[in-house]
Amino acid sequence: MRRLLYLLPVAVFGIIALFFLRGLTLNPREIPSVLINRPVPEMNLAPLPGRGENTGLATADLKGRVSLVNIYGSWCIACVQEHPYLVQIKKQGIVPIHGIDWRDDPVEGAKWLQKHGDPYDRVGIDPAPGRTAVDFGVTGAPETFIVDKAGLIRYKHIGPVTPETWDKVLLPIIKELNK
Amino acid sequence: MKRLVLGLALILVPPAYAADPSEMLKDPVLEKQAEALGKELRCLVCQNESIEDSNADLARDLRIIVRERMAKGESPEQVKQYVVDRYGDYVLLNPPFKGTTLVLWLGPFALLLLGVAAAFAFFRRRGASGGPVPAAPLSAEEKRRLETLLKDKDQ
Repeated sequence: MRRLLYLLPVAVFGIIALFFLRGLTLNPREIPSVLINRPVPEMNLAPLPGRGENTGLATADLKGRVSLVNIYGSWCIACVQEHPYLVQIKKQGIVPIHGIDWRDDPVEGAKWLQKHGDPYDRVGIDPAPGRTAVDFGVTGAPETFIVDKAGLIRYKHIGPVTPETWDKVLLPIIKELNK
Repeated sequence: MKRLVLGLALILVPPAYAADPSEMLKDPVLEKQAEALGKELRCLVCQNESIEDSNADLARDLRIIVRERMAKGESPEQVKQYVVDRYGDYVLLNPPFKGTTLVLWLGPFALLLLGVAAAFAFFRRRGASGGPVPAAPLSAEEKRRLETLLKDKDQ
């Protein structure tokens, strides 16, 4: 019995080591959203110039169909990486993608879409101080939200959407929600 | 002398905050409250800085939004809740005391108590067994040897 007591420090060390080991694999940038299963925030965002009237993004536009909301900006470098893949997803016609041009000059935001392709059904502008983005709990761009038919946020992806995250994470959730 | 003045000037500069004067509220009392609140809120981009200290765009946005809401008459508590509702407890640099953070707050004290209890038990057990064993009294043979040795020394 007393012998076992000498193993106590080793056991304590083991437990601490386990915590640290887990910490090594966590990404501190990925802050879990508290808005999951909550309704999308109230918004009524103006359209991008040159994209036509009634192409802005409002809360009501996100009801009735599973949809994606993608936060981007012409200043956002990771968005350039993600964008061709969004264009490809749009072509597949599985899910409508809406954009929020965050903290951007709307003219630049529109030009950027002309240059890199426009995968969006609707695009709303959210100039600084980005009130709608804050309502979405956005921590950076790009971020992509999955919104269900009832207009509830069901998933948030931080960082660019890659083929891997699309196949393994986003698409299965969308399929499930579409059932 | 010049160096001294320069050095002093460097030491004595007032702390610079990221809030630029154009963001500040006109009411100094409200501005103070907004600043105090901002210092409690974590910048989501440079995560160990408060939004008051950070230069990140998002921190600037949050500073502005905090001030907007306070200017509209919301209390600091209400504004804090507004931000927490969107970013979670994570945004608070001072974690709140509640069910999920009990271990965080009480863990160190529990460990300290455990240590004190262990030390107490250890010393008490040592005390009960009489501490270090006292030396056995000398035998007659040993006494004689000791005496002769001491005598030798005197000569």
